[in-house]
Amino acid sequence: LISKKWSELFMQRGLDSETKKQLEEEEKKIISEEHWYLDLPELKEKESFIIEEQSFLLCEDLLYGRMSFRGFNPEVEKLMLHMNAKHKAEEVEDETVELDVSDEEMARRYETLVGTIGKKFARKRDHANYEEDENGDIQPIKAKKMFLKPQD
Amino acid sequence: MAEAASVAAECLAGCRARGARSVLGQVVLPGEELLLPEQEDAEGPGGAGERPLSLNAGARSRVRVICGPGLRRCGDRLLVTKCGRLRHKEPGGGGGGVYWVDSQQKRYVPVKGDHVIGIVTAKSGDIFKVDVGGSEPASLSYLSFEGATKRNRPNVQVGDLIYGQFVVANKDMEPEMVCIDSCGRANGMGVIGQDGLLFKVTLGLIRKLLAPDCEIIQEVGKLYPLEIVFGMNGRIWVKAKTIQQTLILANILEACEHMTSDQRKQIFSRLAES
Repeated sequence: LISKKWSELFMQRGLDSETKKQLEEEEKKIISEEHWYLDLPELKEKESFIIEEQSFLLCEDLLYGRMSFRGFNPEVEKLMLHMNAKHKAEEVEDETVELDVSDEEMARRYETLVGTIGKKFARKRDHANYEEDENGDIQPIKAKKMFLKPQD
Repeated sequence: MAEAASVAAECLAGCRARGARSVLGQVVLPGEELLLPEQEDAEGPGGAGERPLSLNAGARSRVRVICGPGLRRCGDRLLVTKCGRLRHKEPGGGGGGVYWVDSQQKRYVPVKGDHVIGIVTAKSGDIFKVDVGGSEPASLSYLSFEGATKRNRPNVQVGDLIYGQFVVANKDMEPEMVCIDSCGRANGMGVIGQDGLLFKVTLGLIRKLLAPDCEIIQEVGKLYPLEIVFGMNGRIWVKAKTIQQTLILANILEACEHMTSDQRKQIFSRLAES
């Protein structure tokens, strides 16, 4: 009946939809007969509300495994505080980073910083732009000499 | 203890499942089935034989119960697989509590999430083989250390002690461990330093020593400067300033399992004097 390979026939564009369907059905029949299945009654897996866990971490609140006493290992002592506090679920206060330098001072420093770094990359001709003020602060760069289009 | 065992044996003989709530803190034997509180109501007092549980999903809201080490799920009940005392912990939020059996053993079975002390036994290519006391050596990749890259390899030699945690640990696969947490920070894990002494104790003792209110650790900490690392696989590493102090510490920790608190206090007071 079917001399050619099923796939060859199936992939042919000019093939009728009817023939295609027939081929599909036959293919399914072959597959379903070949497929193995378990001849058992259907076991309904009910959603169980018991969860199995093999870890003791859930059961008992255990401390962190590394310990140091009387300053033998300061890093471990710091870790102990950190891990055990986290473990006890105490809310760690939002650590506001102590500012060594205030924001205003930072802004002032940055102002001059821009000039200092810029000076490093400036060519000799531009050095004239960086004239030191009386205070010693470096003034920002003056406008660069751009190309001026001739008016006519 | 003898009475508890006889009661348990009776129940097993009678094939009657006991309620978990009624057995808390008592000795349970492997093979016992325990009923969860909701099912206890259904059984009723002196329920003869096995009554089929009426599954009325609408009427009763199922609470998620976690069965921990020593227990298994058996249908809707808990099956005991280890002998020991049954414990329960109330839930923090949501869900039912945790039930587990407080048992004692020396042989460690790798469990995911446990922090353990391992000994590096081999270095093959990109992974280290670490002996953790289980049935197989665990594998530890060289990239699982803080700040390790392909160019910047960690300085780990065969014979080093490693403190790490398991990421994969089940009965079907080789256990894998790492020395960083999920954020990529070491958090104290990695190679344990030089010197010191590693010794083995039972698993129950480790859990007892790591309990939040353990007196032994508090008393030990007052003796002299020292450092201890506990591995959940029954291994403890100790280090003190002199070898003698280290040995004393190791002996105390090994012996404190079988001492009463009075004996322990005696020993500590003698040590404090010397």
